[in-house]
Amino acid sequence: MKRVIGASVAIAIATVGFAEGVGTDDVVYGEYGEVEVSLSGQPGNAEAGLEIMVARGKGNCIACHQVTALDEYPFHGEVGPSLDGIGAYRTAEELRGIVANPKMTYEGTIMPAFYRISGFTRPGNGFTGKAAEGALSPLLTAQEIEDVVAYLQTLKD
Amino acid sequence: MKSVIRGGVAAIAVFTAYAAQADEEANLVVNEEIEITVRTDAPAHLENLRTIYSGWVFRSDETQSLQMDDFENPGMIFVDEAIEAWNTVEGSAGESCASCHGAPEEMAGVRAVYPKWNEEAEEVRTVAMQVNGCRTERMGAEAWKYDGGDMLNMEALIASVSRGMTVNVAIDGPAQSMWEMGRDLYYTRTGQLDLSCANCHEDNYGNNIRADHLSQGHINGFPTYRLKNAKLNGVQSRFRGCVRDTRAETYGVGVEEMIALELYVASRGNGLSVEGPAVRN
Repeated sequence: MKRVIGASVAIAIATVGFAEGVGTDDVVYGEYGEVEVSLSGQPGNAEAGLEIMVARGKGNCIACHQVTALDEYPFHGEVGPSLDGIGAYRTAEELRGIVANPKMTYEGTIMPAFYRISGFTRPGNGFTGKAAEGALSPLLTAQEIEDVVAYLQTLKD
Repeated sequence: MKSVIRGGVAAIAVFTAYAAQADEEANLVVNEEIEITVRTDAPAHLENLRTIYSGWVFRSDETQSLQMDDFENPGMIFVDEAIEAWNTVEGSAGESCASCHGAPEEMAGVRAVYPKWNEEAEEVRTVAMQVNGCRTERMGAEAWKYDGGDMLNMEALIASVSRGMTVNVAIDGPAQSMWEMGRDLYYTRTGQLDLSCANCHEDNYGNNIRADHLSQGHINGFPTYRLKNAKLNGVQSRFRGCVRDTRAETYGVGVEEMIALELYVASRGNGLSVEGPAVRN
């Protein structure tokens, strides 16, 4: 009996946890892969987003994308397009969808999905090379994605 | 003050590494004698590449030059160690490598055609499997650890006597099903980053991913001395490192999937030269 109560408490907490935001399996993508609502239910913080853009253990966006505004951080990649000016020609909704799961916008893209935890082949336990134990965590949290989106919106030219 | 100087040195070192882009037009001649094919037409079975390039062309001038002279190539130290092992009697049969095969140079041409179907064993064998086959079946000696130090040294010796010879791995006949398994694995996206070998090494070779300059991922230079860890590295361990970096569960070295992938990736380099032990990042 205790176990049952424990489980229902866990579900209740989970439900409360997602009440303000969107879980990884509940993201609604539009026709072109855009996502209308904030994943965390909160606005993003562009300054925090910048840190996530350049941190190897976080978004590490510049591993693949060149960003002139981030020139002081060394080693920008060439795998993806430059993000210069992306805030001028992409909406927040489009950017959110692309960061959360770019395959919904660009079929077959090399870019990883930062807010997805299922549908992978041989998912591992982080970078250990061993099998994943239990459910995966998304590469970025809902709020971290909102922060990145807020930063990307500042890239106007 | 000291920390300021150190900081300055570090900054310069970083800048140099960034500025030291590869000379992709360079040609490789080892010891002013062995001509290495570092770029050539892709083999017919490779549909998505027109030209294949050795990983050597993607490395910095400094790294490239280390492979041009055996006295500069740190991998050759391990070749010397293997020559000793080659001549050492081991196991219950009282044999050494030399007592059957003669001088190491007698192995010229072997590395160029491996992995290869073994008729007696009815399986595709890598050079490492063949070495262990010799050790356990003919010498009565213990098998060496797959991708362990003794094995990599011996593989480096066996590769070194084939340097300059053209890689020509058979993909048809009895090897075909393993080759197809390897091809499927090459194009399968794995891990939470959802990346296949092809995503980086076919679609994006020549591009930088953060500070790494992506090569075509050929294995003609294995075993490879990496400056990163200052030792010889085996092909399958290298595959594991790549797959691990996709946040995937890797395959172990020596398992069927790895042998299949090694066969397939080796065949993508058909037409390049054997370079092992090569020097890479």
